Amino acid sequence: MEVLKYDLIIVGSGIAGLRAATAAAWASGGRISIAILSKIQAMRSHSLSAEGGMSAVLYPDKTGDSLELHAYDTVKGSDFLADQDAVQILVEYAPKEVRYLERIGVPWSREPDGRISQRPFGGMSIPRTTFAADKTGFFIMSTLFSETRRFDNIHVYHEHFVTKFIIEDGEFKGVTAYDLKRGEFKFFYGKAGIIATGGAGRLYRFTTTAHSTTGETLGYALRAGLAIKDMEFVQWHPTALVPSGILVSEAARGEGGYLINKEGERFMKRYAPQRMELAPRDIVSRAILTECMEGRGFQHESGMCYVGLDLRHLGEERINRRIPFIRELAHKYAGIDVLSEPIPVRPAVHYTMGGIHTDTWGRVLTADGKWVRGLWAAGEAASVNIHGANRLGSNSLSECSVWGRLTGEQAAKYVLETSRLPSPDGKLLDVAKGEESRVFDRLLHKEQNAPSPYEVKKQLNDIMEEHFGPFRHGSSMAEGLAKLKKLREFSSFRVVDSSRVYNQNLKDALEVDGMLDLAMVVGIGAYARSESRGAHYRLDYPKRDDVNWLKHTVAYMYGGELKLVYTPVTITKWQPEERRY
Amino acid sequence: MKSLVVKVKRFDGSRTWWQEYKVEVPSEKISVLDVLVKIKEEQDPTLAVRYSCRMAICGSCGMVINGVPRLACQTLLSELGDSRIVVEPLWNHKVVKDLVVDLEPDFEKVRAVKPYIIRDVKEIYESDKEFGQKPEELERYYNFAYCIQCGLCMAACPILGSNDKFLGPMALNAAYRWSADSRDKGWEERKKLIDTEDGVWPCHLAYTCSAVCPRGVDPGYAIQLLKAAILRRRKP
Repeated sequence: MEVLKYDLIIVGSGIAGLRAATAAAWASGGRISIAILSKIQAMRSHSLSAEGGMSAVLYPDKTGDSLELHAYDTVKGSDFLADQDAVQILVEYAPKEVRYLERIGVPWSREPDGRISQRPFGGMSIPRTTFAADKTGFFIMSTLFSETRRFDNIHVYHEHFVTKFIIEDGEFKGVTAYDLKRGEFKFFYGKAGIIATGGAGRLYRFTTTAHSTTGETLGYALRAGLAIKDMEFVQWHPTALVPSGILVSEAARGEGGYLINKEGERFMKRYAPQRMELAPRDIVSRAILTECMEGRGFQHESGMCYVGLDLRHLGEERINRRIPFIRELAHKYAGIDVLSEPIPVRPAVHYTMGGIHTDTWGRVLTADGKWVRGLWAAGEAASVNIHGANRLGSNSLSECSVWGRLTGEQAAKYVLETSRLPSPDGKLLDVAKGEESRVFDRLLHKEQNAPSPYEVKKQLNDIMEEHFGPFRHGSSMAEGLAKLKKLREFSSFRVVDSSRVYNQNLKDALEVDGMLDLAMVVGIGAYARSESRGAHYRLDYPKRDDVNWLKHTVAYMYGGELKLVYTPVTITKWQPEERRY
Repeated sequence: MKSLVVKVKRFDGSRTWWQEYKVEVPSEKISVLDVLVKIKEEQDPTLAVRYSCRMAICGSCGMVINGVPRLACQTLLSELGDSRIVVEPLWNHKVVKDLVVDLEPDFEKVRAVKPYIIRDVKEIYESDKEFGQKPEELERYYNFAYCIQCGLCMAACPILGSNDKFLGPMALNAAYRWSADSRDKGWEERKKLIDTEDGVWPCHLAYTCSAVCPRGVDPGYAIQLLKAAILRRRKP
């Protein structure tokens, strides 16, 4: 087993991970060694599927926008579960990050005078969503990856699947990883770490997220003694292409697209008369599903109910200039010409508001609130918590860039202030060797009676779709939890492939293994939260309950069992009020 | 249900062989990637295929399908119009396993041409200003910024088939994209790297790179624009 020493180990190569790397490289003046580990090739992370844009108050003098207004919109959108001090950081740093990305070469869409363009987005009271056509995530990702090439002290490890976070005496020590290309097991030993592994959309079947967005590292984090916060808040994006689930960006509505039911009616007038299609995602998603349940949706041959996203009135020129990718995707994957027909869409799982428990600056905390020294988390994998119960569209790219930068800078400073890394002691090496043996000897051993990881994943998806969807009920969730517990009893999987080089079958088993723990966190948190708030909607508790539930759910593992504790929401300026749009 | 035969070129580290899979598919409006994932999950978990976004933007699933380098997720069965599909790994690349090839040499070539804004780095990291750009300046490099580094152009390039030192369309496209950006001042530095015997000059204008690009980038044109800029002694 190879042992590699790095000052800073970044796990995950999306916008948060890459931004952390460039921030740390610069902040340290090139004096620290940085490894980026990605389970896929580092320029292929799911951040690049983001289409619509990145929120930031860029030109307040010209638009009448303000940081205060962006913060208020975010807090209201979150159904008052966001920590308001964290939101303050988001809105202050977001414009700096948009400008940083501009300086490193992101091809932002431009106004004739050279200013960066901005468009309206759901729940944002002023157009402040900065964009690069409708491939914003792609352009930010590819530009940031290119930017990492500038720094000789950033080392990229493509297709290194992290299997374990090693934490000893409350301090981060490193990770173990399976190098798919070489078929080797490695121990990355380091002073500091940043977890930036993204969300977990693939817990569900109908999702906008990439196949790789499985979230197993959050399950591994639990096993390493870390805590997961607010995981019951799962976001459905209102408009995903039927039947594939491919994202049809909110930009389509931002640019003026309408939602229509089978009677040709713009039904959003019943649900959000003022904001219509530009209400927050939880509200639009439930509106579409309600139309379907009440018989006003279209029926797809796959059995799915859907509504139409109508862009016809926008005109070809505007569509080609501002949302060309949507036109391409609708044509390719649904056989639709957006100039003559509405796009078939329905809500799909899109984002996990929850994640690894951190403080406002992204420092990873244990369930009892202690910093795990040397460890940070950023982006969708983290819960800092700025999205509360519902994230506003275009706030996530800002989040990834802002906390990527902040955690990268802090980690660099920490590394420079701590003494030189000694060689790993015998105990640490034993932990790493034990992990190698678990992965290569136990999992690779052909367990004939164990289930295939694909069968288990299918069952997991079925349970999540059926019992923990956009409309939840206590009795159904209790059933779902019982099923999840049964599924969790599988401790090994049938790995048919016995090779070491690029054993995807083994990688898939490792993913499912972590996903099961994470699914339990979603389930337990949702079952316990007897109220409706943001994306967590309960038919048996349809009202928000601030008296009992204005608090964050923190899950952790103790003696192999999941436990919950609660922490208060930080309120600085805005007392909870009823959310109207 | 429709029956398909999928013939896949396999490689396990030492041995190469062709393997046929019979698959039942519900519709022709699904992609070759959907079919390969179905084979992996239902018939043969030992089959290695690289994939992720399934929406033609991440660049993972490049392979040769019925004799043409394509993204598997972007290739619908209905477009192939055949019940027999032949799939093999990208040409001009070392195969790691089955359909998975080593693209890291391609990424290193891109790195070699300095794919980032070259000017005072302190200004980038320590100022809070916008460098700014007019829409017409954006237009000059925009199409070339769509590259997803999937490697299809490198697989299709006839020069790379006999000279693997040639920088190739992926890296040269990057050289153009960054040099043509109005914010960049790195042309002289990059020119030294590409006005060389393995830089722009081996290109024979076959344009197969542009023909197979899944994002319509036109790297062949980028290479000709670079040659023109070198000969005119002007920044692109």
